[in-house]
Amino acid sequence: MYNFELVKPKTIDEAVAALADEEAQALSGGQTLLPTMKQRLAAPDRLVSLANIAELQGVSATGGVVTIGAAATHATVAEKAASAYPALAALAGHIGDPAVRNRGTIGGSVANNDPSACYPAAVLGSGATIVTNAREIAADDFFEGMFSTALDEGEIITAVKFPVPEAANYRKFIQPASRFALVGVFVARFADGVRVAVTGASNDGVFRWSEAEKALSGDFSAAALEGLSVASDDMISDIHGTAEYRAHLVKVLTARAVKAAG
Amino acid sequence: MTKINMTVNGRAVSAEAEDRTLLVEFLRSGLNLTGTHVGCDTSQCGACLVHVNGEAVKSCTMLAAEAEGAEVTTIEGMANADGSLSTIQAAFQEHHGLQCGFCTPGMVMSAAALLKDNPKPSEAEVRDYLEGNICRCTGYHNIVKAIMAASGQLDAIAAE
Repeated sequence: MYNFELVKPKTIDEAVAALADEEAQALSGGQTLLPTMKQRLAAPDRLVSLANIAELQGVSATGGVVTIGAAATHATVAEKAASAYPALAALAGHIGDPAVRNRGTIGGSVANNDPSACYPAAVLGSGATIVTNAREIAADDFFEGMFSTALDEGEIITAVKFPVPEAANYRKFIQPASRFALVGVFVARFADGVRVAVTGASNDGVFRWSEAEKALSGDFSAAALEGLSVASDDMISDIHGTAEYRAHLVKVLTARAVKAAG
Repeated sequence: MTKINMTVNGRAVSAEAEDRTLLVEFLRSGLNLTGTHVGCDTSQCGACLVHVNGEAVKSCTMLAAEAEGAEVTTIEGMANADGSLSTIQAAFQEHHGLQCGFCTPGMVMSAAALLKDNPKPSEAEVRDYLEGNICRCTGYHNIVKAIMAASGQLDAIAAE
């Protein structure tokens, strides 16, 4: 890893100022960024740690909305969101391994938008809102493709606001070496319809399976998915699974998530 | 270079380090606490696992400067005050929970973190918690057995 200057701001404003430098990079839990820097795939001149900013911490629930501070770790979400939004807490509690969950954060995961990460599925599947230092962005407008988001240079996620669905579940088929999602499906049933978000499968990153949403909004049962199929054209294909296999898993895991959501 | 201060195994320490210095490098090279191992250096194997403010973290994936002011516990801090092995360490010895021993510091630290939050885990919970600790010798069986024994539940897997 090349050397850099580490700065540790105490407020969002200080962090934004420190990130104004073109060669600066925000550091949250570092569970992706530090390994990436070790491989010299990233070499920022300055890292701006977001770990010491009180405004980015905390989990709260009011009026059917769970708000998670961007610097909340996966372990924190697994614990603190368990009663307000169990499906989200369960997803957070199965990311990586316990030590990774003690460092990795929701803001870091969402900003990175790894095509195989779990959180983007929950954010898109819940129709959550990403709050930044500058604005609020709907999940449908946020994820723009593999490792790409609507965030501007130097913009910091401060929180993610999740409307709590009537029922929800996340099913993940793990890639056995990395433990990332080979495919993961988040299903959420709201009073006005069902959302289905898929991670791990597509070359374009997380996406909504709209045919399944339509079918499940009429009949929230695994049987409603019979006859549907997912096109494999844009699916990831690698030694762990072909595009066709991933497309197949999308349907299987959607059905399992619907059954588990009840 | 920045001066970094933290408490390691109950002792206040202070050393100069580059900003890029990883916590594991600070412990091993800066403080000569070489019990914490670097296995994969890619956050997978858990040989570098230590406790930072009581929480299990992979010290190869945390900057030393991020542990400024923190309470850090390494394998060197696990033995009892009189130098005898702690319950978990003794259980690893008793139940042959190691062969080459390279992963053992991380396994012991992981086990300690688990038992702190969950003093009577099921065998499945132990195996699940060890997700991020890789051992290439034992097949995990005796590691799980040692942790069950350390939690006073050897009976739970006595049929093995």
